[in-house]
Amino acid sequence: MTGPARSFREATARRRLEGVLDPGSFREILGPAHRLTSPHLAALDLPVSFDDGAVVGSGLLGGRPVLAAAQEGGFMGGGVGEVHGAKLAGLLGLAERQPWAGVLLLLDSGGVRLQEANAGLLAVSEVMRAVLSARAASVPVVALVGGGWGCFGGMGIVARCCDAIAMSEEGRLGVTGPDVLETTKGVEELDASDRAAVWRTYGGKHRYLLGEADRLIEDDLSAFREAAMELLSARRDLGLEELEREHRHLGRRLEEFGGCADARDVWRAAGVEDPDRLPGLEPADFRAAVRAARRGDR
Amino acid sequence: MERLSFDFACRGDPAPLLAPILVGVVASGNLEVLVEGGAPPGRCRLEVLTSARGFGEIWEAVLRDFATRHSLSGLAVSVNDAGATPAVVSLRLDQAVDEYLRRP
Amino acid sequence: MTAAELLAALFPSGHSVREEGGLLFGTGPAAGGEVAVVGTSGGLEVGVESALALSAFVLEVARRHPGRPLLSLLDSRGQRMSRRDEILGLAGYLAHLSRAVEVTRRRGHRVIAVVYGEASSGSALALGFLADEVHAVAGARISVMNLPAMARVTKIPLDRLEEASRGSPVLAPGLESYVRLGGVESIWQPPFSKALAEALARPPGPDRRSERGQERGGRLLALSVRERVREGEP
Repeated sequence: MTGPARSFREATARRRLEGVLDPGSFREILGPAHRLTSPHLAALDLPVSFDDGAVVGSGLLGGRPVLAAAQEGGFMGGGVGEVHGAKLAGLLGLAERQPWAGVLLLLDSGGVRLQEANAGLLAVSEVMRAVLSARAASVPVVALVGGGWGCFGGMGIVARCCDAIAMSEEGRLGVTGPDVLETTKGVEELDASDRAAVWRTYGGKHRYLLGEADRLIEDDLSAFREAAMELLSARRDLGLEELEREHRHLGRRLEEFGGCADARDVWRAAGVEDPDRLPGLEPADFRAAVRAARRGDR
Repeated sequence: MERLSFDFACRGDPAPLLAPILVGVVASGNLEVLVEGGAPPGRCRLEVLTSARGFGEIWEAVLRDFATRHSLSGLAVSVNDAGATPAVVSLRLDQAVDEYLRRP
Repeated sequence: MTAAELLAALFPSGHSVREEGGLLFGTGPAAGGEVAVVGTSGGLEVGVESALALSAFVLEVARRHPGRPLLSLLDSRGQRMSRRDEILGLAGYLAHLSRAVEVTRRRGHRVIAVVYGEASSGSALALGFLADEVHAVAGARISVMNLPAMARVTKIPLDRLEEASRGSPVLAPGLESYVRLGGVESIWQPPFSKALAEALARPPGPDRRSERGQERGGRLLALSVRERVREGEP
């Protein structure tokens, strides 16, 4: 089991970057000393953060120059506001200007920062545009999802716009997160306090089995580092043939699992014997158990 | 939000001019501390933006204590606070100075 | 404004756009040739099936009609919010749709989005904000989330939110906010067919929305922060 010092989930955004990149290599861009705080939070009498919850910069990964960003979930639930989003979009823009080996996005976010509503939505859309632009310029963009706030809303879509995603079991990925789903559709739709149901629906294991995530790894900084190094070489072509292939894959998913009411039904339909034991398995055992059933398109 | 500013005499060694450091997270019950050099010699400047109003005297006591404890001349400290207890504030301040001094 | 009314205004001499279960597919005539039309109607909430169907159409335009402009019409309350859609990986379907629009645009198809009903969150991201230009017609409503839901999720009292949103394009739902923030290029005045022709005639360019936000005073930091990071400023 992971000790607290090595847990990805327990680490702050900066600590995650230190732990994933080569030791001592991270150089922050437009860091907190610039005091680029949100101009909008004061109107709601809310505290600000000097980096607006987004840490961006450059570093080395296995000796190769990369750009990396990490969202601080502890600040406003990692919600994307005007400044936060602009930092992420700017980093992806920088990625196109020099021969970086890739961009790592350590995502820990509920999505749009509702306290900045409209500016937040536009910020997320600009990040999405910037991810696709970097990819079109052949720069690999890899998402690492394993923080306590998950990766939801527009950032969930952004994560799936990347070349690849590595998730820990603790990580969650979706569009409408459990709290918002319960608040808007009622506890019958999803009981956000039912942790088992939440993790079956959004968690790393289910996402990996379904093919929404490319790697299922330990909650450990080194594991994320290894996965990042591996996935930087897993660039996906952003072209019509690749999209048509993915389209067929997504169509098959609906054919196979469209009738399932719960993730457990998906696992059973995918051919997993005794799906109830999956949540209790360690990542390595889990990967072995679902090897045949997994529906990744690679 | 309440903004508080303090400027204490600090007659200790001059703080080295190193890269600024940030520790902590602005989450409920927590705070972030930014430490930089660049305050005038013999002074320690501290600025706090806090969501908990009305605790000016406690902040003064905690920060004065901190300035005395470290007695580093020329240190500039900025804080974004989301309702941390004095104990957590002291801890974070000490942590920040510690990390600042460990910078290459 | 209904989809039928909008389509009649965009294509006064007729069109072959059909409306099926809240989705719009088809073509309409324009000066330079046929324009592909895709979109949503009736406030449809876009779930996995709709996202896949929309993607299929967009990919077909890219595959079968090189250079044909794509007109995206939006009247959607956002993504469908259901456990089933989340189990099936809605994020992936919406990302796929986003990619389909982006790749089509990069292959030289002009993409113009027009919000005529609602545009909200997930579906606005995929079908709206990736366009070359986003316009709207009077009466359109763009938002992230309605204020009462925002109040429940953020735990900020509704009257506080309402007060803060008065005069703030950042919080106030509505078209004017998005124009001011640079998210919407303009509000089209009739005749819409002329506005469409002009939009189609303009050459594509880089994403100008943060610049617009700056010019119009709605977002004063987005552009400069982005540029400074893009320069690698330490």
